[in-house]
Amino acid sequence: MEQATTTAPLKKTPLNSRHKSSGAKMVPFSGWEMPLEYSGIADEHMAVRTRAGLFDVSHMGEIEIAGKDALAAVQRISSNDASRLQIGQAHYSLMLTPQGTIKDDLLVYRLAAAHFLLIVNAGNIQTDYAWIAEHIKAAGDAVAVDASSRYALLALQGPRSLEILQPLIGVELGDMKYYRFVHGEVAGVRATVSRTGYTGEDGFEILIPPQSADRVWQAILQTGQSAGVMPCGLGARDTLRLEAGMRLYGNDIDETTTALEADLGWTIGWVKNEFDKTVGSAALRAQKAAGVSRKIVGFEMVDPGIARHGYDVCTGAPGAPPVGRVTSGTQTPYLKKAIGMAYLPVEHTTPGASFDVDIRGRRARARVVPMPFYKRGAHSNS
Amino acid sequence: MTYPAGLKYTKDHEWIDLSGDRAKVGITDYAQQQLGDVVYIELPEVGAKLKQGQSFGTIESVKAVSDLYSPLSGEVVEVNTALKDKPETVNKDPHGSWMIVVRVASAAEAGALLDATQYTDLTK
Repeated sequence: MEQATTTAPLKKTPLNSRHKSSGAKMVPFSGWEMPLEYSGIADEHMAVRTRAGLFDVSHMGEIEIAGKDALAAVQRISSNDASRLQIGQAHYSLMLTPQGTIKDDLLVYRLAAAHFLLIVNAGNIQTDYAWIAEHIKAAGDAVAVDASSRYALLALQGPRSLEILQPLIGVELGDMKYYRFVHGEVAGVRATVSRTGYTGEDGFEILIPPQSADRVWQAILQTGQSAGVMPCGLGARDTLRLEAGMRLYGNDIDETTTALEADLGWTIGWVKNEFDKTVGSAALRAQKAAGVSRKIVGFEMVDPGIARHGYDVCTGAPGAPPVGRVTSGTQTPYLKKAIGMAYLPVEHTTPGASFDVDIRGRRARARVVPMPFYKRGAHSNS
Repeated sequence: MTYPAGLKYTKDHEWIDLSGDRAKVGITDYAQQQLGDVVYIELPEVGAKLKQGQSFGTIESVKAVSDLYSPLSGEVVEVNTALKDKPETVNKDPHGSWMIVVRVASAAEAGALLDATQYTDLTK
């Protein structure tokens, strides 16, 4: 129960004092002091599944790429095909190493024909920016700017998000499709609002100037009070994304796992123009042709116990060396099951296949199941 | 938080309800708050022999795993198996959610446990 101490001062989002005065439990995360939970992870998780939850994710980074050749620049560093993005549309993508492993995962917003906004993980902002700036030089006339300090980012997630946010914004949100965004004013603050999220629910992510973050935060909580909105922390964000089968950078994907091993081949623009100039494309093509030897799977525990990040996975006789590793795992509040993700040899990845997880020295049986674990509208739960 | 005066406590945030040579053991309100939502509890079998400070089980919240440490040496004579199906009881009623009953081997160990005032000071 001890807290790890670090010497480097933690960075703070514009809502830091609001979180503390509201009684959130704060923890260090990727160099930031962030709320882990307000009323409790399970409560917040259920609020998002049944009503709505509001998250401060201002620690995420924003990198803008602009200039005549911005599209070509984005195509080089981002795995997905940005030419298919209309203005006002966003998609999920990866930044790859030359080996096809994952440098970061990100959302790419097309703000204008030649102006893109990349939302990247908090822990990777500086290395991503340096790497992008280096790799887009050859693309022609385009520059990258680390604009992270110019944005706060809120995520309003859950089935009642639309009815909560709509009265605060002049733009009609009901017609907005998933992975689209609009510019407008939320509670009188200029904002970019996208229908995106990391929870498996309907919802919106709201980019605003940092100095106005508290105003928008408070306005949403007030307007949403009757709909049951709750402020939420990173704990619930993690359990929600895991139920939704979404990868967490640093746990499920990193520079040791390729896009294909992570089963993220759908984020690769295989047929995009000049795919061969995308960093990592040659390695991925070769791996696709040869086939992967291991792959990520979703699993649920059959025996009692909870598999956690880093636990060994075994398929052989007791004493045989582990064949893989759990990358995420917990008991989730909505499905009320111990679930997780793990990398396994490809011959063990068929749904229904069973394997053992080494839970602190005890072998417990688990079963491969399709992801996502949770799909909205597909479950009934009291 | 208030800690019942009738209980004894450890610095590992367990409470002990002593009655003769029997000790009921659970975790404190402070411990459950630190853990967050409890979702899984692993407890020993009746008959297990414990040494003071030895792990007798594990308690898992959504976010973490923690060991449960035996506050006293002795033999496990009862296990609250109902907690396995309703682990969230530990959050709702920590001082009412006993986990094991130990037949205490050493009266000296029991005498050295913290009282409610000492424990309250520890959690400040």
